[in-house]
Amino acid sequence: MSIKTEPMVVNIGPQHPSTHGVFRMRVTLDGERITDAEMVVGYLHRSMEKLAEERTWTQNIPFTDRMDYLAAMTGNLSYCLAVEKLAGIDVPERGQYLRVLFAELQRIASHAMANGTFVNDCGAWQTPLFYMFREREKILDLFEMVCGARLTLNYIRIGGVAFDLPDEFMPQLQALVDELPDRMDEYDSLLLDNEILLMRSRDVGIVSPELAMNASLTGPMLRGSGIAWDIRKADPYCVYDRMDFDIPVGHQGDCYDRFLVRMAEIRQSLRIIKQAMAQLPPGPFAAQVPLSLRPPAGEIYSRIESPKGELGFYLVSDGGPTPFRWHVRSPSLINLSALREMMVGQTVADAIVTLGSIDINVGEVDR
Amino acid sequence: MLARWYDFRDLGNGVARMAQALRDAGAPDGVVYALTALAGCLGILIFVGLTAIVNIWVERRLIGRMQVRRGPNRLGPWGLLQPVADAIKLIQKEVLTPRAADGTVFALAPILIFVPAMLAFAVLPWGEKMVLADLNVGVLYLLALGSTSAIMVFMAGYASNNKYALLGAMRVIAMLISYEIPSVLALLGVVVFAGTMQLSGIVQFQDFYWSWLIFFQPLAFLIFLLASTAELNRSPADIAEAESEIVAGYHIEYSGMKFGLFYAVELVNSMSVSAVIAALFLGGWWTFGLEEFVPGWMIFIGKLYAVYFLLIWFRGTLPRFRIDQLMALAWKGLLPLGLANVLLSALEVLIWQEYDVSAGIVLPIFAVVNFVLAGVLLVAFMRVMTRSFERLPKRARLVPDISVPLPGEPATA
Repeated sequence: MSIKTEPMVVNIGPQHPSTHGVFRMRVTLDGERITDAEMVVGYLHRSMEKLAEERTWTQNIPFTDRMDYLAAMTGNLSYCLAVEKLAGIDVPERGQYLRVLFAELQRIASHAMANGTFVNDCGAWQTPLFYMFREREKILDLFEMVCGARLTLNYIRIGGVAFDLPDEFMPQLQALVDELPDRMDEYDSLLLDNEILLMRSRDVGIVSPELAMNASLTGPMLRGSGIAWDIRKADPYCVYDRMDFDIPVGHQGDCYDRFLVRMAEIRQSLRIIKQAMAQLPPGPFAAQVPLSLRPPAGEIYSRIESPKGELGFYLVSDGGPTPFRWHVRSPSLINLSALREMMVGQTVADAIVTLGSIDINVGEVDR
Repeated sequence: MLARWYDFRDLGNGVARMAQALRDAGAPDGVVYALTALAGCLGILIFVGLTAIVNIWVERRLIGRMQVRRGPNRLGPWGLLQPVADAIKLIQKEVLTPRAADGTVFALAPILIFVPAMLAFAVLPWGEKMVLADLNVGVLYLLALGSTSAIMVFMAGYASNNKYALLGAMRVIAMLISYEIPSVLALLGVVVFAGTMQLSGIVQFQDFYWSWLIFFQPLAFLIFLLASTAELNRSPADIAEAESEIVAGYHIEYSGMKFGLFYAVELVNSMSVSAVIAALFLGGWWTFGLEEFVPGWMIFIGKLYAVYFLLIWFRGTLPRFRIDQLMALAWKGLLPLGLANVLLSALEVLIWQEYDVSAGIVLPIFAVVNFVLAGVLLVAFMRVMTRSFERLPKRARLVPDISVPLPGEPATA
C-alpha cells in the first residue's frame, strides 16, 4: 500500500511574529524542509513615490522618515543629498559634520535593532533584543534632545540640518560613547561566543559573493559575503572622506557573518562618531535655502550607505516646485531578492533566521 | 506518638491525625484510606494551583529583570496580582474552535494534558514522611508519566487542523521520544547508585551517606536537566512552540481558558521536574543537618525553586536549537554520555559492594572521579558538537579600503 503524500504549503506572514512587519513568505514544505519559497510584498504599500509628486521638495522629507522608520536619519540624508545635488546647494561644514554624526548614531540604533531581532529570531527569548533596545533608547533620547522626535525625525533638511545641538547634547553623547564599547564587549561575549547561536546561524542562508553581486545586494548583506564595498568609501558624501574607519567583512556569507558584520559596524560607527565629535567645527549648520525650492530641470541619482545598504534617490525635476519623478532604490527590497536562493533547501527554522539576518524593514520594502 | 495536627514541621501530621481519629471512631480501613488520600490530594492540588499562579509572577518578574526591564509591577504590590488579572482575562476570552478542527479531540487535549502533570506530584517526597503515594517504582512512574503528555500534545496539534500546529506536534513527538531515552539513562545511573526506585528511598540514601547525589552523578544531573528542558518545551529546546518560527506550535488555535490550561501545564510541569531534580540530585528535604531546624518541606520547596530559577535563567539567556540539532544532541551527545554514566555508576557500585569498602573512603573518591570524568566528557562532547562551526573566525574581518572584483574576475570571499 502506498501512502499518498503531498507537499505542504505554509503561509509565513503577513501576520507572523518574525516577518518584521507585514511581509509574507509562501513556502512549500517537505516535512520541515523548504522546497520552494515565494515572497509576497505590498502589504504596507503607501504609494509614497506617487504622493511625493504632489508635494514640494521640502514636504517630501517626512516620507523618507516613514520608509525605513528604524533609520529615519539616513532616509532624510539620502533624499536631501539628492535634492542638494540637483539644486546645487552647498551645505556648511558644521551641517555636514552633524549629518555624519547623526547618520552614524542612526546606524548604531538600526544595527542594534537588527541584531536584537536577529537573535530573537534564533529563539533567544527576547533578552538580547531588550539589551539592544537599551542602547538604542539612549540614541533615541539624543535624537529627541536635538529635534524633538524619536523615530520619524525630519531632522536633516535640504541645505543642512533643522536645529543646532543643544548645550546638554555633547556631555550625554560623550557618556554614550564612553559606555558603548563596554556594552559591545558584553554582547560579544553573550552572543558571538554563544555555541547555540553559532550552530543556528553558521552555514545557514549562505550568499555566495557571485550571488551577492548578481542580485545587487548591498550593505551588510554584501559585506557578509566577503566583498569590501561601502559607499562611504567608494563614493564619499558629506565628510566621510575625512573619517578613518574600516570595513568589516564576513567570511562566507552566512547569517552569522552578517550578524558579525553588523556587530563590527557598530564599533566602526563609534569610531566615526568620536572623530566627528572631535572635528566638529563651529559656524552655521544650514545653508539658506529658498522656501519654495525649484531645482533646475534635470535628473539626478544620489546614494548613501544606509544601515541596510545602498539607499539611493532618483529624482527628476521639471523646474517646478514639486518633483516630476521621485524614485527610491531601497536596500530592503533589493536585498530581499536573494531570499529564495538562500532559503530553498533549508528548514523552516533556518528560513526565519535567514530572513532575520537580511534585516528588512517592510516600510522601506513597500514604500 | 503523633504530633499535634497544627505542627507545621510536618504537614502530613494533619492527615495522620485525621486517620487516627477516623480509626478511633471505628471507620473501616477503606474509608480511612479514601478520606486521607483525598485530603492529601487536596493539599497537593491546592499547593500546585497556588504555586502555578505565583510562578507566573516569579517567571515574568525574573525574566523581566534579566531583560533589563521591570516585569509586571502595576497590579498589587510588586505586581503580585498580575497572574490573577491574567487568569480573569483568559476566562473572559471566547474559546474558539476552528470550523475544520476535530472538535472532541480538540476540546479533550487541554484537559487531558493536565492529568499526567498533576499525577507526577503524587510520588514526590515533600518531607521525611510527607509522601502521598510512596511507590517503590517512583522513578519509573515519573518517567512513564513524562512520556504520556506527548499524546495530548499531539492530539492538540493534530486536531487543530492548522499547519503550524501540525508542525509543532510533529516536532513534539520526535523530541519527546528522543529525549525519553537520555532522561531514562540519567535516572538509571541514580537508581543504580542509590539501589532503589523509591523517591523517598533515594532521599534517605542521601541522608544516610551524608551527601547529595549530584556529587556522585554530576553527569546524570546535567543530562537530566537538559533532557527535561526538552521535554518541558522550554528554552533552549522550545522548538515545539517556537514563537519566532511556528508562532505557538501545537496550541496556536487555542484561546481563552483552553490556552490557559496549556500555559498552566507548562508551569506545573516545570515545577514537577524541578521537584524531581531537587529530590533525586539535591537531597530532597535533607540538607546537611539543616532539616533539624527548618521543616523539610520548606527546604524541599526552596530547592525546587532553585532548580526552577535555573530553568528560568536558561530561558532568559539561550537561543533555540534547530530540531535536527536537538535530535543530534539527544542521540549523538546525551545518549552516549548517559550510557557512559550508567556504566561508570554500575562499576562503582560493583567495586563498592564486591570489596565491601567503607562508604567513607570510597564515596569521596567516586565523587572526584565522577566530577573529573564528567568535565572531560562534557568538554570533549562540546568540541565534537561545535567542531564544524568553529572553523571560521568568530569576528568580522576588518578591511581598510574597498576591494571589489571587477566584472569578469572570479569573486572570492
